[in-house]
Amino acid sequence: MTGEVAIRVRDVSHHFGEEDDARHVRALLDTSIDVARGELLCLIGPSGCGKSTLLNVVGGLLEPTTGTVEVAGKPVRGPMPADIAYVFQENALFPWNTVFENVMLGMLFQGVPKAERDDRARRSLEAVGLAEFSDHYPAQLSGGMRQRAALARALSLETGILLMDEPFGALDEQTRMILGEDLSVLLSRTDKAIVFVTHSLGEAVFLADRVAVFSARPGTIKQVISVDEPHPRNPEFVTSAKFTALRNQLYSLLHDEIRKAMSESAMRGGAGHRGSVAGDSA
Amino acid sequence: MLGNGKRDAASAGSRAVQVAFLVGLLLLWYVATNYWGVSHLLLPEPVQVFWQFVDIIKTGEYIDDLKVTLGELATAFAVSCTTGVTLGYLISRSQYLIRVFEPLFAGIYAIPIILFLPLYVLMFGLGPMSKVALGTTISFFPIVLSTIAGFGYVERTYIVSARSMGASEYQLFRYVLLPAALPVILTGMRMGFTVALLSIIGSETIASLAGLGHRIVHLAEGMDMARMFAYIAFVVAIAAILNTVVSSLEAGGRRR
Ligand SMILES: Nc1ncnc2c1ncn2[C@@H]1O[C@H](COP(=O)(O)OP(=O)(O)O)[C@@H](O)[C@H]1O
Ligand SMILES: [Mg+2]
Repeated sequence: MTGEVAIRVRDVSHHFGEEDDARHVRALLDTSIDVARGELLCLIGPSGCGKSTLLNVVGGLLEPTTGTVEVAGKPVRGPMPADIAYVFQENALFPWNTVFENVMLGMLFQGVPKAERDDRARRSLEAVGLAEFSDHYPAQLSGGMRQRAALARALSLETGILLMDEPFGALDEQTRMILGEDLSVLLSRTDKAIVFVTHSLGEAVFLADRVAVFSARPGTIKQVISVDEPHPRNPEFVTSAKFTALRNQLYSLLHDEIRKAMSESAMRGGAGHRGSVAGDSA
Repeated sequence: MLGNGKRDAASAGSRAVQVAFLVGLLLLWYVATNYWGVSHLLLPEPVQVFWQFVDIIKTGEYIDDLKVTLGELATAFAVSCTTGVTLGYLISRSQYLIRVFEPLFAGIYAIPIILFLPLYVLMFGLGPMSKVALGTTISFFPIVLSTIAGFGYVERTYIVSARSMGASEYQLFRYVLLPAALPVILTGMRMGFTVALLSIIGSETIASLAGLGHRIVHLAEGMDMARMFAYIAFVVAIAAILNTVVSSLEAGGRRR
């Protein structure tokens, strides 16, 4: 991946709450990373380590306490609908609108001219294999189909950047596998920069060009691992020695951090905090 | 989709039981007054009541009272909808205001507001105004509470994703907050309508110069039992029609 830099994150830290408050949380510490055009970066790490926080800072939904983020050469100061589209874990489709209307609404919000919307909605629904379900309401679809629809909405916005926060996190293993394969095919045709949060090691290795492993809270990127394998990746990749080796490498990196995170939350008296950041439930 | 046929059959079945129950009740009424010697002063004979009912409809005698009652109801409902939805929306904009007002309104809603009637009669007299005031007060609470709930607890992801796609404040309201809140608000409005109707007719029987409730009490005082029962049946029919209309409006609004 030698493309130009699409996302530039420099020394970003984020704290929730005031310094002396009991609920003060240092969610993200001095994190820097670049994401190139055409690259898919996976974020993986113990839950609560700040992956969603980083994603939301990049997307302009959260203002970092310190540090800077640049997207397409511009500093991020708030949502940038022309450059960045989101796919959340769940509940991002409006249940009172059909799948088609949901996709259309996204483009209305973004400011796409009316004449273009219809065509773009159709094409993106086609791309995710949901053309026949355009007139269904989200409640009439399976969880996997809802996430396809959310992806179609994001694709229809034709942004250079796609941020996905555990988009398949609420799905069963099989559905998640199929969606991953389809996503790999879809993405091989675009040159979007994609940041993809997951807690599945296999998903990370299968989808990513690079995987950033987070340390326990306060989170920061501990190590970045490259997955040198062209897209679209076929299902055989999963059974290859290379895949297994990468997966094992990730596992051992993560293992220590998860232990650390667990013992810390045990010391804090169990459950720890539950964030209310967008789309986050893990 | 799948179980529709079955569900239709089941609902037709329970409909049949409901109808049978009402028919049984009528039959019991007929037998009790014609064969078991129940005093016609306490319980008039159903056939007589039926002819009184026909007479009320034919002469159009009910029209003035109906106008009074419906006028009171419409005014009270319009005022409580406007104030309830506006205030509810404004309160829902701030977590602080929600924390202050939601328990407060819920608390007041739980007291028997009918107790204000003597006060309203002193303030507004025996005419329609006191009934309007009572109906407004009573229906305000379910409406304001459901509006707060509707706007105040919209799934956060809807809002965040709309914002991330560039929705303006107006678009957020029109395409996200309003459709999310509408079903809840409509339910509150239906409840408000029902309690307004009940309290207005009820208070007409206690202190009033005109209206359907007033007419019923007037007939009771003159011991004109058959005609009084006919009026009760008339009010029940009106209430049933109004509630059906309001419920189907609610269902229509939900689907939108
Ligand atoms: N709105 C918030 N207020 C306070 N703390 C938060 C908020 N959002 C997240 N946090 C905390 O910040 C930390 C990082 O959260 P998050 O980025 O959601 O983690 P991840 O996505 O990696 O699971 C967690 O400890 C979480 O409890
Ligand atoms: Mg998260």
